[in-house]
Amino acid sequence: MPASTRKSPFAAGFLQGLPFVAVIVPFGMLFGVVGTEAGMDLAQVMAMTVLVIAGASQFTAVQLMTDNAPVLLVLAASLTVNLRMAMYSASLAPYLGAAPVWKRALVAYMLVDQCYAASILRYESRPGEPVAARVAFYFGVASPVVPLWYLSTWFGAVLGTAIPEGLALDFAVPITFLALLGPALRTLPHVVAALVSAVMTLAFAWMPTGLGLMVAAVLAMGAGAATELWQDRQR
Amino acid sequence: MSVPDPVIWLVIVVLGLGTFALRFCFLGLLADRPLPAGARRLLRYTAVGVFPGLVAPAVLSPAATGGAFDPARAIAALVALALGIVTRQVLPAILGGGGALYLMLWLLG
Repeated sequence: MPASTRKSPFAAGFLQGLPFVAVIVPFGMLFGVVGTEAGMDLAQVMAMTVLVIAGASQFTAVQLMTDNAPVLLVLAASLTVNLRMAMYSASLAPYLGAAPVWKRALVAYMLVDQCYAASILRYESRPGEPVAARVAFYFGVASPVVPLWYLSTWFGAVLGTAIPEGLALDFAVPITFLALLGPALRTLPHVVAALVSAVMTLAFAWMPTGLGLMVAAVLAMGAGAATELWQDRQR
Repeated sequence: MSVPDPVIWLVIVVLGLGTFALRFCFLGLLADRPLPAGARRLLRYTAVGVFPGLVAPAVLSPAATGGAFDPARAIAALVALALGIVTRQVLPAILGGGGALYLMLWLLG
């Protein structure tokens, strides 16, 4: 019997989650630094990181508040960044829908890209696995990821003010998003959506901060979906 | 930032609740009924529809240079994107993009 099937689902999940620490720790520290540099106090930085646990949207909110965008646009743009999590939620529902509601609520709270990616791979490859084991695996993946997200944000926030200007941290956020974008450009429709997003945001730069981004994002998603439909018809 | 404290707290709490609602909606309510194909098709392009728009202005006219195009930052952005595409991993792209930024800032002064 191979070791992987003897391990408890929680332990198997924990091992799957460990490599993500390498991404979570620098990303969390970066948020702590950027949030503090933008003028948030430690309590605000930590409250955001614990309540939201979604780095990309946290960076978006901080960026737009720094640009003095209206509050409604800050919220709308940051939540738009998290729309993909509704898709994760929909995709996990068939596998975890039968779990008790408090467990599903906990799964939802910790539903970050890494937890989703590791869990859906496991669920698709083990269709007969009991729901309790699936939930245990998920919590296993989340165990190294979520606490370290809190902790690394705290370190970044505390060290942040000690980090000199020459480090050009203003550009850490764009680099992080571009680094997340690269692996997501899997197919032609993804590339089309990305191009439409960039071009349209620049074209809508005259709109209030945040609004142009949202309009561009909706057009980009439509362009991606349309390209996919067009490809399907070509086959 | 010049945003008043209560507004920052409002953003934190509403963003937290809204994000939880997005994560819980289908897990909590849909249970095992699937989403319509059209909705899934649109949602597939959420990340690629948002991230480029978010960074394009910061890459082409960075606030740190008063909005003037900065070759060092543009090259670093290209390196981060290219490494992400080639390696299919986030971490090498972040490290490579950061390395390129410092190298270019040092070379181009």
